[in-house]
Amino acid sequence: MKANPKQLLRSLVTWTALLPMVATVLVAYLGTVLWSLKVSMSNSRTFPSDEFVGLAQYERLFNNDRWLLSLENLALYGVLFIAACMLIGFLLAVFIDQEVMAEGALRTIFLYPYAMSFVATGLVWQWLLNPGNGIQQAVRQMGFEDFTFDWIIDQNKVMYTIVIASVWQASGLVMALLLAGLRGIDGEIWKAARIDGIPTWRVYVSIVLPMLGPSIATVFILLSTAVIKLFDAVVSMTQGGPGTASEVPAKFIMDHLFGRANIALASAGSIVLLLTVLALLAPLLYVRSRANAAGGDK
Amino acid sequence: MKTSTATRSGQRRPYRLSPARIGVYAFLLTAALFFLMPLYIMLVTSLKTMDEIRLGNIFALPIAITVEPWVTAWTSACTGVSCEGIRGGFWNSLFIVIPSTILPILLGALNGYALSFWRPRGANVLFAILMMGAFIPVQVMMFPLVRILATLGLFSSLPGIVVIHIIFSMPVMTLLFRNYYLSIPQELFKAARIDGGGFFRIFMQLMLPMSTPIIIVAAIMQVTGVWNDYILGLVFAGRDNLPMTVQLNNVINTTTGTRLYNVNMAATILTSLVPLTIYFVSGRWFVRGIAAGAVKG
Repeated sequence: MKANPKQLLRSLVTWTALLPMVATVLVAYLGTVLWSLKVSMSNSRTFPSDEFVGLAQYERLFNNDRWLLSLENLALYGVLFIAACMLIGFLLAVFIDQEVMAEGALRTIFLYPYAMSFVATGLVWQWLLNPGNGIQQAVRQMGFEDFTFDWIIDQNKVMYTIVIASVWQASGLVMALLLAGLRGIDGEIWKAARIDGIPTWRVYVSIVLPMLGPSIATVFILLSTAVIKLFDAVVSMTQGGPGTASEVPAKFIMDHLFGRANIALASAGSIVLLLTVLALLAPLLYVRSRANAAGGDK
Repeated sequence: MKTSTATRSGQRRPYRLSPARIGVYAFLLTAALFFLMPLYIMLVTSLKTMDEIRLGNIFALPIAITVEPWVTAWTSACTGVSCEGIRGGFWNSLFIVIPSTILPILLGALNGYALSFWRPRGANVLFAILMMGAFIPVQVMMFPLVRILATLGLFSSLPGIVVIHIIFSMPVMTLLFRNYYLSIPQELFKAARIDGGGFFRIFMQLMLPMSTPIIIVAAIMQVTGVWNDYILGLVFAGRDNLPMTVQLNNVINTTTGTRLYNVNMAATILTSLVPLTIYFVSGRWFVRGIAAGAVKG
């Protein structure tokens, strides 16, 4: 194809309009990843240095107890958070889909926490779970003197409190997305199942659930990115404590970037986080893009 | 993505009050109480005096309602060293939200428009990388961006935090508008071309006016997203522009003195008021926004 001057001008104008996007992609996305990769292989402390040290920072990282604990916490949190959000969100969606009264009000109630920030959410739950004034104290005043619910100050259980708070915040979102998926399922399926005398729960498990596949994949991607990002809720609920019991990778990285002036170690951590995201999402995105290519728009 | 909420033909299950129905309502009611509990406790706590909080039950209604905690939270609670309440944070958040909503929407619309109608060669690769970019953890980009903004003299400034919000919202905004414009018939665009419309003229006079529904969705997403942001504001906004979320966290996690739970809860509600109002007012649009944002990738 020959480009005439008019076409050339046209594509010049188009690319000029796309300049902010080009800059964002090249500098803010690709550039920063490469920079972090480079810094993670240097011996930088407060300022970036050019001295190449290979994978030494990664070695230090994986010898760091706090980092290992962060990873462990994140894995525990990720599994519980995603499983609980999916289960509760799915149940809420299925129950709301039974043509109940006040459906709109119920949907509003289940989703409102998602409109609030992680910080606000974390603070509310910190207050509810505080053993001195919170739920524990209230139940004791009702006459159950020995009632104990002090997970937030228990090193072994503190991560569960973060799961509770963030499931409360995010399961309404899962409900909203799965409800949209349920409503998209053809009503004929229900009629056919009724004629065949299949119990409702079997229809949900064997037919509806597989048909919700794309919605579930979307929800899973959304929740996984929330897991990797987990930072605000920890800062506002426990500040990583008690001790370092609720440390998470995002917080480890932030602390080393800005508090402890060890940007090389922090960058190594952030690259590990990036690789985790890629390992988690690459297969899913691949399957989805294959499905898109095969089955049209969605 | 369908977000249709119309009730299906009632044929599936005839309406009657069976044990199963009662079970359905029992489950939904229990769940509703669980979801409402924190909101209820925030509200009643914020209306109690500290004496009542120390002695009483968090579930109990206030004996003597006081709005004092709200006044304190707004005007004189300590956010770290200064004790001027979180009203400063409110204005900071507002000043951050306004440009961080308008500019990303404009850029997203422009990107979507160029990608779906003009289709410059190579742009699809760029778009694919942009979509992947949405999944990069913030921490990977954090330090390099600090350095870049510092070099440009924008670090810890209002324009700086706005640029950051533009960068982080570009994937979703672009995707939103690209998908919307792909649903507009190409013939319309071609007709405008034949009438002699240029790149920007078609954008300003034809596409933008047609984009109202998606602009509303994008605006809801941006306002709530930017308002609720904590980490970006903490790092990039600078001391003078700290958003309300950061100030709120400082109010509550300030270690000096006794913890004023009533003031804390009032401050939390005040900080959540803007996104909650948007949520309650916009209803389905809000859901449509998160659903549209969720399909990224």
